[in-house]
Amino acid sequence: MKAFAYVRAGSVEEATEAYAAHPGAKYLGGGTNLVDLMKLGVEQPGALIDVGRLPLDAVEELPDGSLRIGATVRNSDVAAHPAVRDRWPALSQALLAGASGQLRNAATTGGNLLQRTRCPYFQDVTKPCNKRQPGSGCAALEGVHRDHAVLGHSETCVATHPSDMAVALAALDARVELYGADGTRSVPAARFHRLPGDRPERDTEIRPGELVTGVVLPAATAGLPSLYRKARDRASYAFALASVAAVLRVEDGVVRHAGIAFGGLAHRPWRAERAEAALLGAAPTEAAFGHALDLELAAARPLRDNAFKVPLARNVGVDVLTRLVPPTVA
Amino acid sequence: MGSRHHTRDDAATAAADRHHSQVTLHVNGTPRTLTLDHRRALLDVLREDLDLTGAKKGCDHGQCGACTVLVDGRRVNSCLQLAVALDGSEVVTVEGLGDGGMHPLQQAFLDRDAFQCGYCTPGQICSALGAIDEARAGHPSHVTDPGTPSGRPMPLGREEIRERLSGNLCRCGAYPHIVDAVEDVIR
Amino acid sequence: MADPLAAHHTATGAPAERREGRQKVTGTARYAAEHPLPGRAHAWPVQAAVARGRVRAVDTSDALSMPGVLAVLTHENAPRLGEQDDATLAVLQDDRVPHRGWFVALVVAETLEQARDAAAEVHVDYAAEDHDVLLTADHPAAYVPEEANGGNPATRERGTPDADFAAAPVRIDAVYRVPPLHNHPMEPHTSTAHWDGDRLTVHTSSQGTTAVRRTLAALFGLDEERITVTAEHVGGGFGSKGTPRPDVVLATMAARRAGRPVTVSLPRRQLATVVGHRAPTVQRLRLGADRDGRLTSLIHEVDTHTSRLKEFVEQAAVPSRVMYGSPHSRTLHRVTPLDVPSPSWMRAPGEAPGMYALESAMDELADALGTDPVELRIVNDTAHEPDSGKPFSSRHLAECLREGARRFDWAGRAVRARASTGNLLVGSGVASATYPVMVSPSTASAHALPDGSFAVRINATDIGTGARTVLAQVAADALGTPLDRVRIEVGNSDLPTAPLAGGSSGTASWGWAVHEACTRLTERLAAHSGPLPADGLDARADTTGTADADSPYARHSFGAHFAEVAVDTVTGEVRVRRLLSVFAAGRILNERTARSQFIGGMTMGLGMALTESSTVDASFGDFAERDLASYHVPVHADVPAIEAHWIDEHDPHLNPMGSKGIGEIGIVGTAAAIGNAVHHATGVRFRELPLTPDRILTALRERRHAPHAAMT
Repeated sequence: MKAFAYVRAGSVEEATEAYAAHPGAKYLGGGTNLVDLMKLGVEQPGALIDVGRLPLDAVEELPDGSLRIGATVRNSDVAAHPAVRDRWPALSQALLAGASGQLRNAATTGGNLLQRTRCPYFQDVTKPCNKRQPGSGCAALEGVHRDHAVLGHSETCVATHPSDMAVALAALDARVELYGADGTRSVPAARFHRLPGDRPERDTEIRPGELVTGVVLPAATAGLPSLYRKARDRASYAFALASVAAVLRVEDGVVRHAGIAFGGLAHRPWRAERAEAALLGAAPTEAAFGHALDLELAAARPLRDNAFKVPLARNVGVDVLTRLVPPTVA
Repeated sequence: MGSRHHTRDDAATAAADRHHSQVTLHVNGTPRTLTLDHRRALLDVLREDLDLTGAKKGCDHGQCGACTVLVDGRRVNSCLQLAVALDGSEVVTVEGLGDGGMHPLQQAFLDRDAFQCGYCTPGQICSALGAIDEARAGHPSHVTDPGTPSGRPMPLGREEIRERLSGNLCRCGAYPHIVDAVEDVIR
Repeated sequence: MADPLAAHHTATGAPAERREGRQKVTGTARYAAEHPLPGRAHAWPVQAAVARGRVRAVDTSDALSMPGVLAVLTHENAPRLGEQDDATLAVLQDDRVPHRGWFVALVVAETLEQARDAAAEVHVDYAAEDHDVLLTADHPAAYVPEEANGGNPATRERGTPDADFAAAPVRIDAVYRVPPLHNHPMEPHTSTAHWDGDRLTVHTSSQGTTAVRRTLAALFGLDEERITVTAEHVGGGFGSKGTPRPDVVLATMAARRAGRPVTVSLPRRQLATVVGHRAPTVQRLRLGADRDGRLTSLIHEVDTHTSRLKEFVEQAAVPSRVMYGSPHSRTLHRVTPLDVPSPSWMRAPGEAPGMYALESAMDELADALGTDPVELRIVNDTAHEPDSGKPFSSRHLAECLREGARRFDWAGRAVRARASTGNLLVGSGVASATYPVMVSPSTASAHALPDGSFAVRINATDIGTGARTVLAQVAADALGTPLDRVRIEVGNSDLPTAPLAGGSSGTASWGWAVHEACTRLTERLAAHSGPLPADGLDARADTTGTADADSPYARHSFGAHFAEVAVDTVTGEVRVRRLLSVFAAGRILNERTARSQFIGGMTMGLGMALTESSTVDASFGDFAERDLASYHVPVHADVPAIEAHWIDEHDPHLNPMGSKGIGEIGIVGTAAAIGNAVHHATGVRFRELPLTPDRILTALRERRHAPHAAMT
């Protein structure tokens, strides 16, 4: 870990100004991934701008029925928040399926979104990785890649995004709020993370110096049945082999809204738009779910050792969607 | 432990500069002011600067839980907490639990033979205390029935205890006895 | 358990509380990195970034210019080491890189942060060579060595195994694979070294400091009398701390160079390549049986790998020389030297992987015969060790199987399987366990003090087994005194010499010497009249010649595991619901600590079955899993109801305590019991560990798509 300057920001403005004033700066939230990567030498910031104590620690119910979660609210507090549990349960479940109690107590909402891939080559500075060192090559493409992407990957990068939370946010049509030199803006959570293309070093759409200030869960998905399910190698404290977050509105015996996102399959939470479109107006049957997910997963291009992820994602997806159908319809 | 008056540690004589800052941590009730390398994690402050070696370094990356301590009442992996970011925080380590004697959970670990090599033990104990408080405060877990009402204490059966302590690895395999010990103190 | 000896109010057998327990739960027990010494420096090693080749040059100038850096050791400037027989300890002696991760430099600095930072600035230039790291069953470099580990002959053959296998009416011919596994004790390998003139003191995390001292004496050209090595508390080892490791060599070198105490605590990520791993095995089992299930031929052939540094041959076929009677048998080991990190000891070396294969094959045989797998094992029980022909000193395998079946409700397994609901398939499995009784000579001293208390001294090591506690119990009984009158000192090489905590032999070896020393002291006390002299009375023992005497008996522990699993057909996730084992391991000396050891071994076996695996990275030559996020040690949530039971076993052919070893048998066969339960649940036979969702799901799908598939 390189020596670095440390600045504790008192406000969002102070944070972005300090960022601009310190070449090679990084924002520090809960530190659970950044400090880990600094110890590995993967991240080498010249300065840390500590945003962990910014007044972004509130969960606010907005007049329009949406819910704003401040960027510094800890993962455990989001998961336990009554509004989240009652109205967007998939988000609570996703958070609780991730990491450990200790990590969730430290990790922030903003930091969770900005965590980096757990690809073993990304984490090892002695090996090639285009994400860590553009142009050095992708060791995972032909290497050890059982845990890697089956959708949306490129020749330059086959990493997956590790967040569980982000998968739920994507399915629930959440938006990510940002503050930067150009003021505030927000982007859909499902579009916040990028596909690798030929720029795998860029994980997200965030602009230099921009700060995540919060996420907003929209009223449109509030109170709808939603679920998160994750398959993993051990019963707890493991990253997803594949996961699914889904929200479903069924009226008059047909699907009126479906939000489906996969985790563990791609460089970003994979919003299953083709599957969603196929389900609109359809009867919510297991066969319809399977058919829709097949359409989505037809785009999958598994690597040598991870073809299992396709049926796994399909199975989990069908299971989750089936469980979201109200009993009167089922 | 020890006295509660303010202690200025030897390291504090080093000057604060671009890469060092003066930091005050309230450790087991005692304020400790040190000038720290920004790179220093809370775990290393405890172990190297304060000679509180109860918190253990098992992985140094938040993957084993042996370093678990309570910061401002919540359990965290002290290996991933930069001490400079904790200025003013209250830190409780395994050495600060007993208030002179042994905390009931420490006694329960002893009674249940809930450890072998002992290296994960301080982390298990601090983690369990944090988890018990979280459940009391209504925090659900991955295995909590989503229908369990919010804002009320969550009951802690064995499955809940296992899930909530899964961030603490034990290679000796003392898990069932650890769950026994935790059950002893929540009953 | 009704123990007839309990009536005598003896200390042994009682569930005495761990003597160091209070220190451990209060955080005051000090481990190897936790001895504060004035001026102590920290060191961070640099690992080779090629799988094979030479170090062409090391540029240390940047590192040396960094704040706090005291020294950078490389093969060009490190102290020259003396000869000894472990090549993995000859660190920084030449430019050769035998495997990726080999140490090529060591940075010593005032603080850990400075050392770690500077280590990243040590620039190493390599002349890389092509490497070969992949074990295959038909590797051209494979050969049959003279010996497998533990002094076992590599090959044993009785009768005409091939002909009788071919002629057998029922045959199983299957290949089982166990991946590389890592010990990963919670405390990383750590040493703190301190020179005072030419006197050396080392605090190290080791399973035996007698060997560490001996090795340091050879490496640094010192008399052993000038070296003290302590291991007061050790955060687990599971074999990986059974021999001195590079940390102790590096710390000692660095302390000499820096002229001050130095701690080397190996970063977790470095462990996978430098402190050993269980070598992968590819095991072909051929079982021939008659229609009653009696084995007529047993062929167990093992392929494994070793490094370029040493010949290490995981003795996985050895348990097939012990377990079941068969008139015809061949057991053999082939090893392939590759450019891989050196494998080493991991809990139940040989038995753990070997019994996975044998006990899985036995389940397949039971299936082929339509026989209850418990009964099949009992049918093949034997009073004589098949390989040696010696009678067993005691063998209660059948009793373990029957007792376990009763406690587990084995008979109800079909009913439970039919109760599988929804996407969860439930199944039960059984497997046998065995581990040899090993014992080594040891010395010990016992001291009677005028105040009526006793001090027993022996360089045993308590790695979490409860050695202090059980040795005090042994001493108290031999002295005829209450347990609290006995003080016990262990974990310091200045104490009477003793062997390591390993091979499930610690308590037997140390206890024998403690028993003998205390018995002699009792005799001296009986002969003494009047008050004791101010410095008390002493007695010493050395069991050389007795503990290591040949026995006319084959001596082994046995056991039986019963597992119930649920397999989720949606995700392919396998979770153990119940694990219940019964052991016959001689006299249990402390039921409390013994239970913990059994359960601990079973838990590691659960990991071996379901979660643990290391992958040799063909491109880079190291393991893909180098941290505890990717190497999946079981967590709390993986470990539900686990029960360990034992049957009273009185065996007069062991040691004065009547004990066998218990540290390893818990892991032996567990993975087979779980794998057999997965077969019972799914109808699919898996032959490669671990049983992760990718494998399960893929096989379930293949089965579903296969013609005439019959899902449960």
